Amino acid sequence: MEQVPKIPKEKFKLLNKQDNEASESLGTPSLTYLQDVRRRLFSNKVATACLIILGLIVLISIFAPAVAPHNPNAQKVEYSNLPPKLGNLNIPGFNGMQDMGGKEVDAYKQVGAPKGTYYILGTDYLGRDLLSRIIYGTRLSLIVAVLATLVDLLIGIPYGIVSGWKGGRVDTFLQRIVEIVSSIPNLIVVILMMIILKPGLTSIIIAIALTGWVTMARLIRAQTFQLKEQEYVLAARTLGESSTKIASKHLIPNLSSTIIIQTMFTIPNAIFFEAFLSFIGIGIPAPNASLGTLLSDGQKAFRFLPYQMWAPAIILSLIMIATNLLGDGLRDAFDPQSSD
Amino acid sequence: MTKYILRRILYLFLTLFIIASITFFLMKLLPGTPFTNQNRLSPEQLKIVKAQYGLDQPVFIQYIRYIGGLFQGNLGTSFQFNNEPVTQLIGQRLAPSMQIGAQAMIVGTIFGILLGAIAAIRKNTWVDTLATFISILGLSIPSFVLAVLLQFYLAFKWHIYPVALWDNFQSSVLPTLALAALPLGNVARFMRTEMVDVMSSDYIELAKSKGNSNWQVVTKHALRNSLIPVVTIIGPMAVSVMTGSMVVENIFSIPGIGEQFVKSITTNDYPTIMGLTIFYSFLLILVILIVDILYGLIDPRIRLGNGGKE
Amino acid sequence: MERILDVKNLHVDFKTYNGTVHAIRGVDFHLNDGETLAIVGESGSGKSVTVRSVLRLLAKNASISQGEVLYHGEDLLKKSEKEMDNLRGNKISMIFQDPMTSLDPTMTIGKQVAEPLLIHNKVSKADALKRAEEVLRLVGIPNPKARMKDYPHQFSGGQRQRIVIAIAIVDYPEILIADEPTTALDVTVQAQIIDLLRELQQKIGTSIIFITHDLGVVAGIADRVAVMYAGKFVEYGSVDEVFYDPQHPYTWGLLDSMPTLNTSEQDRLNSIPGTPPNLLNPPTGDAFAPRNAYALQIDTEQQPPFFKVTKTHYAATWLLHPDAPKVTPPVSIQQRFKKYQAWLEGDVK
Ligand SMILES: Nc1ncnc2c1ncn2[C@@H]1O[C@H](COP(=O)(O)OP(=O)(O)OP(=O)(O)O)[C@@H](O)[C@H]1O
Ligand SMILES: [Mg+2]
Repeated sequence: MEQVPKIPKEKFKLLNKQDNEASESLGTPSLTYLQDVRRRLFSNKVATACLIILGLIVLISIFAPAVAPHNPNAQKVEYSNLPPKLGNLNIPGFNGMQDMGGKEVDAYKQVGAPKGTYYILGTDYLGRDLLSRIIYGTRLSLIVAVLATLVDLLIGIPYGIVSGWKGGRVDTFLQRIVEIVSSIPNLIVVILMMIILKPGLTSIIIAIALTGWVTMARLIRAQTFQLKEQEYVLAARTLGESSTKIASKHLIPNLSSTIIIQTMFTIPNAIFFEAFLSFIGIGIPAPNASLGTLLSDGQKAFRFLPYQMWAPAIILSLIMIATNLLGDGLRDAFDPQSSD
Repeated sequence: MTKYILRRILYLFLTLFIIASITFFLMKLLPGTPFTNQNRLSPEQLKIVKAQYGLDQPVFIQYIRYIGGLFQGNLGTSFQFNNEPVTQLIGQRLAPSMQIGAQAMIVGTIFGILLGAIAAIRKNTWVDTLATFISILGLSIPSFVLAVLLQFYLAFKWHIYPVALWDNFQSSVLPTLALAALPLGNVARFMRTEMVDVMSSDYIELAKSKGNSNWQVVTKHALRNSLIPVVTIIGPMAVSVMTGSMVVENIFSIPGIGEQFVKSITTNDYPTIMGLTIFYSFLLILVILIVDILYGLIDPRIRLGNGGKE
Repeated sequence: MERILDVKNLHVDFKTYNGTVHAIRGVDFHLNDGETLAIVGESGSGKSVTVRSVLRLLAKNASISQGEVLYHGEDLLKKSEKEMDNLRGNKISMIFQDPMTSLDPTMTIGKQVAEPLLIHNKVSKADALKRAEEVLRLVGIPNPKARMKDYPHQFSGGQRQRIVIAIAIVDYPEILIADEPTTALDVTVQAQIIDLLRELQQKIGTSIIFITHDLGVVAGIADRVAVMYAGKFVEYGSVDEVFYDPQHPYTWGLLDSMPTLNTSEQDRLNSIPGTPPNLLNPPTGDAFAPRNAYALQIDTEQQPPFFKVTKTHYAATWLLHPDAPKVTPPVSIQQRFKKYQAWLEGDVK
């Protein structure tokens, strides 16, 4: 502790203070917030995997006409209920064999399908290609979910901003409405709307959006309340910027993480409702396929032809799991404290 | 506290009144009469039937009557099912729904709490990953998909449980499992977040600095503090169980109100739909009210704070 | 005087998303029986981490990479978790930084104060509660018998801090670590708490490590002071030595920014310009060099060792090297030197 090291004398000269200021700025380069978010998201393996899976599903849905091997609604009754067959590969479960009275028989041979005919996921009771129906069904379910979520955003965001920004009586009034809407089980509102509007794509979207916006509005309102008191917003207010300008310039960017995260939870919700409605028979009308109608059809034949249920069940669950996990990943990426 | 509860009960009825009114007028908006899809009735018969149901009166009078009936606990009469009063219909079918609903909530909550607590204690280990994965599965797989899968494997293929039957406890196992997945996932996730939060709080650190072992810290301080907020998600959970039970009852042929609701929808039995809508809303608001009161009772900050300020 | 606690060459790292934070980079200090040691330094300098290492109450991502913490000659870092539990709250206890959040919101105060006694199986439950009541009275909670059944939110901030202190002393610890016990409180309450700690020390003979970033508090309570910067101690000595004969430019800066009775409101905030270094990549030279108006060439290249000033006073600055140029410290420091000189001479006479 007390030994004095030997050091050349010239080292003991006073430094000019300015020299030092420069070295202070050395250090790890600070990333911008968004870069940081992206880096955190991509370093989360699970979230990245979910993003890729969802990306693939979305791409396949967009290019459904090019990807689907058959017309999803084309019936070929003589080929009905054929089990899955993947070319001439002999993979159990995908070789066109079917259990008939304890004996494995080639179902394709039985119906006299020419060589080279095969349906990767089999056919349904009307001889429609299941793979194509699933591709189109997923597409329809996603369309419903995305549009419902959009409508949901269009109602929820302005509602929340107005409620939070105005405060006072306006807020109290708007919150009473929210309270009432949220005290009816969502599904009941959706079902009532479906009864009134008659089954169809638009009805489902409206019905889902009508209940979905409440959560979004609540979150946005709470955040707006906080943001309102932030200094830069106060400054903008005292400078007399117009409300719309403040909303678009200061509020929306700061609300974006909330919006993105919440959207990731609205989408699976919408997918669930569509599937639910179609499952109980008041959703997407025949002959169009959605994941819900496919599940409903599959369930009827499930005992003897389980493959008809498995495929849509797996796809539906996969989409739900992936969106939920991606939502989690996004939340952690936007708000690192929340995870650690 | 009493004042607060009374005010909340008043709100309950106010909300119910609004819901009933909205439902009523929505139903009146529907084109045609509910009888058009029934067996053909001659114009005279139709008139008689309409008079019988009071449908020949102006809408406003019908409304007053309906609301008046509500106050006497009368939800109207079904157009189907032998014109039974809706209240009676609900009464007969309430027990099975309540049974599987309550069972599912209890199973889901208990296992969800365990799963979430274990995940939080073993945070960032494979145990946590596994627990999180299980809760995500519970959250993501729709109850009706799960119901069909359970029915196929546990009942149809392996004959462990009856396929679709309603008599003893055995027959309630599969529907309970199918319905319990969602609350389980919800509670586990919520519990994990809460507990991770609590475990990193200053008072846990203080508890540790007193000489509590890790296990004592969890049992004496962390669990109670993270359990209290779990009470708040019982409401939303009840809703999801209600939703799920509509199809799950159908799949397992359980004579409950969920199955009744779906049946009423497919047969356009408007009085029953209306009645059940109001009844479901009532249940939900009641659950939320009970949960709020319960929360106030178990959290000293609310219990002893300023009574019932919102 | 016995060294009740002797910390040697302590290094603590934190694994974070951005890399490893070298929060404590070689800290040596000791605590004598019955004395009060103050540790001062800016926010983030590592005061809390240092004392938490003693009780091994660090965050999960922390690791003590080197060093020894000798308590009566036994290395606490080598003890089992169970042995540590036996020490915590019993022989060594800690008062945490934030009174508002340090108490379990769902447990009554009486139970929380009695808990250490029950954990260490010293007394029956009834006796523990009785003792808790006594201690609560001792720390100045009015009507303790009735208030034992209350919950934390029913107390004011100052009262909560007293309760936290009560928890820490209920078992008459040998060592009391007080991590900024007064920062969150207003000035009058602060003074009361300091008085309380001093009184307690006299009554139960506890040795205290007192952490603060407010030098003003130190003079009133401490026997010795250690000044911390960027995970290292830069100067330590008796209170008089550090206050009136400071050697390290960082200590000069701290003292210079300290409000005294005759500084007016305006020139009060003479705080040190610049910010502490990023401890993800600690500098090779003296960590304070970039902010140091008296930095030497060597400061940027090599960390200064401790130079002895007196038998009890050491400072880690190259300015004490025989080859270093003479520098003129800030005016307020020169005044301190003068006062100190006058005292010393007075003592001699
Ligand atoms: N869990 C952690 N993860 C990463 N870094 C940490 C962690 N805890 C502390 N640090 C870092 O260690 C350094 C010292 O922190 P410490 O809490 O000891 O500061 P302090 O001197 O007590 O400050 P204050 O006066 O604000 O309490 C800081 O740079 C801090 O960022
Ligand atoms: Mg600290």
